[in-house]
Amino acid sequence: MYPIILLSFLGIVVLFLGFAKSKAILLPATLLFLAVALVGNFVEWNQGTIIYFYNMLAVNNLTLAFNGIVLVSAFMIVAMTRGFQDDDEAQPAEYYAIMLFSLVGAFMMIGFENLIMLFLGLEILSVAMYVLTGSDKRNLRSNEAALKYFLMGAFATGILLFGIALLYGATGSFTLTGIQAYIGQGNPSYLLYGGLLLVLIGMLFKVSAAPFHFWTPDVYEGAPTIFTAFMATIVKTAGFAALFRLLSHSFTGIYDYWWITLAVITVLTLLVGNIIAVYQDSFKRMLAYSSISHAGYLLIALTAMTPQTENSILFYSMAYSVATICAFGVLIPLAREKAMTGKPRETYEAFNGLARNNPLLAFVLTVSMLSLAGIPLTAGFWGKFFVFGSAAERGIIWLLVVAILMSAVGIYYYFRVIMAAYMKEGDTAEIRVAPFYKIVLVTATIITLLFGIAPGLFTGLV
Amino acid sequence: MLTILLILIPLVAGLLTFFLGGSNAKIIALAGALAELATAVFAWTQFDPAAGAQFGFQYDWITASGISFAASVDGISMLLVLLTTFLVPLIVLSAFGHNYQNPATFFALILFMESALVGVFTTTDAFLFYFFFEVALIPVYFLAAVWGGENRLKVTFKFFVYTIFGSLFMLVALVYLYYQTPGTHSSAITAFYDLQLTPAAQGWLFWAFFIAFAIKMPLFPFHTWQPDTYTESPTPATMLLAGIMLKMGVYGLIRILLPITPLALNQWGAVAIVLSVIGIVYGSIIAIQQRDMKRLVAYSSFAHVGLMAAGVFSTTLNGMQGALIQMLAHGINVVGMFFIIDIIFSRTNTRYLDHLGGITQKTPSLSVYFMIMLLGSVALPLTSGFVGEFLLLAGVFEYNNWLGAAAGLTIILGAVYLLRMFQKSMFGATSVNTEHFQELTLSERAVLIPLTIMVFWIGIYPSTFLEMTEPTVNQLLRFIHN
Repeated sequence: MYPIILLSFLGIVVLFLGFAKSKAILLPATLLFLAVALVGNFVEWNQGTIIYFYNMLAVNNLTLAFNGIVLVSAFMIVAMTRGFQDDDEAQPAEYYAIMLFSLVGAFMMIGFENLIMLFLGLEILSVAMYVLTGSDKRNLRSNEAALKYFLMGAFATGILLFGIALLYGATGSFTLTGIQAYIGQGNPSYLLYGGLLLVLIGMLFKVSAAPFHFWTPDVYEGAPTIFTAFMATIVKTAGFAALFRLLSHSFTGIYDYWWITLAVITVLTLLVGNIIAVYQDSFKRMLAYSSISHAGYLLIALTAMTPQTENSILFYSMAYSVATICAFGVLIPLAREKAMTGKPRETYEAFNGLARNNPLLAFVLTVSMLSLAGIPLTAGFWGKFFVFGSAAERGIIWLLVVAILMSAVGIYYYFRVIMAAYMKEGDTAEIRVAPFYKIVLVTATIITLLFGIAPGLFTGLV
Repeated sequence: MLTILLILIPLVAGLLTFFLGGSNAKIIALAGALAELATAVFAWTQFDPAAGAQFGFQYDWITASGISFAASVDGISMLLVLLTTFLVPLIVLSAFGHNYQNPATFFALILFMESALVGVFTTTDAFLFYFFFEVALIPVYFLAAVWGGENRLKVTFKFFVYTIFGSLFMLVALVYLYYQTPGTHSSAITAFYDLQLTPAAQGWLFWAFFIAFAIKMPLFPFHTWQPDTYTESPTPATMLLAGIMLKMGVYGLIRILLPITPLALNQWGAVAIVLSVIGIVYGSIIAIQQRDMKRLVAYSSFAHVGLMAAGVFSTTLNGMQGALIQMLAHGINVVGMFFIIDIIFSRTNTRYLDHLGGITQKTPSLSVYFMIMLLGSVALPLTSGFVGEFLLLAGVFEYNNWLGAAAGLTIILGAVYLLRMFQKSMFGATSVNTEHFQELTLSERAVLIPLTIMVFWIGIYPSTFLEMTEPTVNQLLRFIHN
């Protein structure tokens, strides 16, 4: 609860700080505010479930943990935004404020008790994203991406709202407990199934599951890289937390009806994400498809819906977010350097010879790719392991086999990046990285390796 | 406690090499590898074959899921730990003659690999086994991909994706088994042994494990990554792959596949053993055609591992014991042969038999060492290969006479391709390349002499090793046949 209030207020403070002459204060102030919110978030740790605003929002350890992942991801991403100061076009105060406000939306999605809150949270987060996607005003790609994202996103939100309306029509309630109680009476009306399906479509659009993924590659590619990282991590984590909350709190009663739908979407998402990623030449587009494929792995845990699912999703979101931030974090300075020399910026070739030019960036990139590929010693391995475990516990072995085959495909495209960095010759231009930036990347790499060696440290927390 | 030391020493030594190495990297790496060998030998002196698993170590790793960091040593583990710790110092030493770029990273990777290999051979937790099984791949991938030959990128990539793909099937099987265990679930390998699985489920599990291990060894028809990878890798990496990593697959068959899916053997054991025997004959015939020495030995290794797998799948005492002693013997022979090929290559810049010849006239000592390694591989009595192949063939004969006869071809065909290689490279007139062949250096002798001693030790008095493994193997077989 505290982070919602804190960030709503502090976001406005950031806007006012924008009037100051020196823009230099904005970054440290935003980081400080995020740190304050992080502390505020864990005040309510271990106090059981607390309900706020007449059953609108709930707070418990699970939602706090998701909030924590979102906040830490945001902290790392904001810490990497130093570039705004060099850019005259940029309006850092507005960017930071929008990012802080969008987090409020994410928290509402993570802890909603009432479907109206889900809708509000999703809109707060999405509208912020539409704006940030188009923030590179002079860039045609960025504009195109923002428009595309906005039009399709608005459409998906409409579907979601329609679904909520049908659910209300069937159950007479907006609350999760109300819907659950209605299903508990048995023999639910067909409106409920229709409503659930539409709500699922709206949500799956936001987490870019196939066949609702078509916006993802263009938007990821067009948006400024730093906001792509924001989108790939925070929107996805919040989206899956919300989906999990919706399905586990309200719809376990009719599991037999929806699991097969979700299973089909899962398989489709895994296939589309992994197979198309193989054919990409742009690193950024590859990461877009990889983010689709990771939505697929997370959906496996949702499809299985066992007692392990919440931990699987939590761990997977953490591992995926940290590794993705590292990947984009390496791309940003690299692309900036290449842009100065007019070389291809975001293709695999941009990584050629990285190990010689900047061994640290190459190492960070390697760990992040290994983690995304799910190789042992990295957090990504345990994420996959827990997710696969929940499918095995439910006994959906065929889904598991598809997932396994697709993770083998994943190794192919992730390793292309590592090979480019270590084994291909490239130009010898030095890549400059600010010390603070280095600290963020190294911390993220250490997190990946630490939870890769001792996942119990994380799973023991929640 | 000793077990955890065995896993940690190479890891720490590897880190030291990496961070403090610089120009002294090889010395630090050698010291680390020797310290590990000393620890292993000490463990061996304390080892009691009849006592089962010992020097155990357990630490709760992921408490909530019942996964623990557990390792201990029984007869089979002891043998493979000795093989690993014996070979790694020699592999490090064999790289002394080369000037590899970034020696600190190079030697550190070898030691990381050793740590993971010892982990595979000692762990008693199924997930930890998988963990080490995969982790072992990463150092050797980088060794081969960074320091390898011209086609290294394509070849090592195929190798990596192929083997990971195989192991993922094992992961599915392990996750499935884990959720079959009663209560709060356990991932101890012995807990998987006790599951009462239906024959149908065992059939599926059998294939999941079989694919994982068959790719690793490799068995026919999963071997296509192997000759290229062995040829393109730098020799120390080839030695690690052929000498030790290949044994991970055979070990997996013995430790995981057979005891977990004994009922599937009635159904599918024959298929597995036939595939193994095909590999023996097929590998041998291709080896006869080879002109590149490294490729030739790669195919011979493929043929030999087929025989080991056939022995294991025969599930007889002779077959199992033969496979174990042959793992030891093959590890030593193949490392010796790859090293000698490397010596020849470093002096003549060619590995093609047509370009060699007459080396005996220049360096008789090298050809003596080469002959000993070859005879060990051909399975001449009193050399290391004989005991293993004899027991293995006896095991396969017990299983089926015809298959035994086909497998027996390995001895004849092995003699054909190995002696042909020896004749073409060592005898005859000297060629342009071999005219100025130089005498062996001290460090080269330091590698070859211990290997030669082991060839004769295993050949003359194999009981040292057979007695070590026999109680464990008997126990395992009793379990499988019930």
